[in-house]
Amino acid sequence: MANNQQTQESLIAVKNIHKNYTRGSETIEVLKDVNLNIHKGDFVAFMGPSGSGKTTLLNLLGGLDFPTSGHILIDGQDIAGMSSKKLTAWRAQHVGFIFQLYNLIPVMTAFQNVELPLLLTRLSKKERRQHVETALAIVGLSDRMSHYPRQLSGGQEQRVAIARAIVTDPTFLLCDEPTGDLDRKSANEILDLLTRLVNEHEKTLLMVTHDPLAAKNAGTRFHLEKGVLTANSQGEAA
Amino acid sequence: MKFLPLLLANIGRKKMRTILTVGSYAVALFLFGLLGVIDMSFNQGLEVAGVDRLIVRNKTSLIMPLPIAYKERLSQIKDVKDVTFASWFGGVYQEPKNFFAQFAIDVDTYRAMYPEFEIPEDQWDAFVRDRQGCIVGRKTLDRFGWKIGDRIPIQATIYRGLWEFNICGVYEARREADDTTQFWFHFNYLNERTPFIKDYVGWYTVRVHNPDKAAEVTKTIDERFANSSFETTTETEKAFMAGFVKQFGNIKLIILIVGSVVMFTLLLITGSNMSLSIRERTNEIAILKAMGFGPTHILTLILAESIGYAVIGGFLGLSVCKLFTLGGDPTNGLLPVFFLDNKTVILGIGITFMVGLISGFIPALIAMRLNIVRALRSI
Repeated sequence: MANNQQTQESLIAVKNIHKNYTRGSETIEVLKDVNLNIHKGDFVAFMGPSGSGKTTLLNLLGGLDFPTSGHILIDGQDIAGMSSKKLTAWRAQHVGFIFQLYNLIPVMTAFQNVELPLLLTRLSKKERRQHVETALAIVGLSDRMSHYPRQLSGGQEQRVAIARAIVTDPTFLLCDEPTGDLDRKSANEILDLLTRLVNEHEKTLLMVTHDPLAAKNAGTRFHLEKGVLTANSQGEAA
Repeated sequence: MKFLPLLLANIGRKKMRTILTVGSYAVALFLFGLLGVIDMSFNQGLEVAGVDRLIVRNKTSLIMPLPIAYKERLSQIKDVKDVTFASWFGGVYQEPKNFFAQFAIDVDTYRAMYPEFEIPEDQWDAFVRDRQGCIVGRKTLDRFGWKIGDRIPIQATIYRGLWEFNICGVYEARREADDTTQFWFHFNYLNERTPFIKDYVGWYTVRVHNPDKAAEVTKTIDERFANSSFETTTETEKAFMAGFVKQFGNIKLIILIVGSVVMFTLLLITGSNMSLSIRERTNEIAILKAMGFGPTHILTLILAESIGYAVIGGFLGLSVCKLFTLGGDPTNGLLPVFFLDNKTVILGIGITFMVGLISGFIPALIAMRLNIVRALRSI
């Protein structure tokens, strides 16, 4: 269960995070003193209006951006102090990203898209094949391996993206509006799949969403309002 | 190798753009190859010129003759090993467009002076015995479909009348760059039929014992005939060939300018294509970077893609050029040696590689420095 108190079991511990952007002479404070603890196997949803800082927080947790101040401890490692080079290698090993628009490479098959993160590992071709087949089997697309994204439905594309995110068995998954571009039926299927990843495969999943129905699947829900994290249901914020 | 599917997928992404980019390289490299062939053809004499051979000609002009008596006097000069002579005939076979070089040669000494040309012994013997005999280079023989035993009429242009020759043999070249378009016949045959210019030759070729002494021998020869009615200019065969080429203008400079303009234009076109292609893929590059592809991966992938276009196009262009040159000289004799040599191919591949590298460098650098967050936000 996620909470704001750092415990020894915390997988992710966010401490006093501030994130400012500068536009001309103006400084915009996007995140204000955010504190957060997430445990292994948690399914956490971040909700809030546009511009509240949800995606910024997700980017910081995924090592895509640096906080202006504060610490982000992931499995004991402070990624806020890492160099860009180290952070790149860290992302490859620890984070699986799932985006709203799937972001598959259109000229590559489902298999090739899922294989992409594995190209950065030392796995042999045979081992890569095994990993890709397993990931595609988990998302139920074993029979669509050689299909190109244009030959798949939106829901199937998102499944391929999920397979790509889990194929390296990362420490946690970050989902930015994973159902935002899908119809209700496909969205439910994706949410079921994500829930299954948490429940059956013990994945830690952090999801940004506007959709209250999607957020209901999460064990813990946080609200962000103008850069300030507020508690909801099981979750509490500072 | 494991990144190859990604590389190939990107190259094949926009088929029309790929065809146009590869096509640009192919056309440019075809042109480059052809310019190289023309340059090589004009300068082939320089490449294969004998280092121990000197050309002695009339100081006034190459078209002015020298007395045949000079042969003996040249032989007596210190460090001179062999002497031969030849005259330009300048005849036409059937019609003016059928140009090829005809030389009236000293049968006793000419063959030994040019060991790079191979002639079967029996054919040479038949030639020596037949006053109207001739030896024809392989290319000319094939060009006109002649065969040994044929009687060939040549219409003189400098001299008078129709001259007939019996083909006694064919000479082949030891090296690809050697000229096999020449036609040799007996100097004595020419000498007999041209009483108005009897006992005069076009030029002498002198072989020295030691190439290091060439400068010294050159000076001695010209001093020997100084203040005579027929003063000489002596130069190495290479310098003589270079002077001959210069008469056509600075071919090398023209080729260099044309080639540079083509390559620079190619650089702009392909650079622009690569920039456009990378801009269209900003989100994909951001995703790859988010996945853990580092700056080096991104830089390498984009440069490899840019070089990939270049190498495929360059290979196509040079291959077509090679096929084109296999058909032989398309100018009816102006470019007797017409083939794409390995040096030009290697240079072409090198230039293509560099153009590919340079045209991809800035787009690759931009992609490498792409800010993931900003790029994802713009999707």
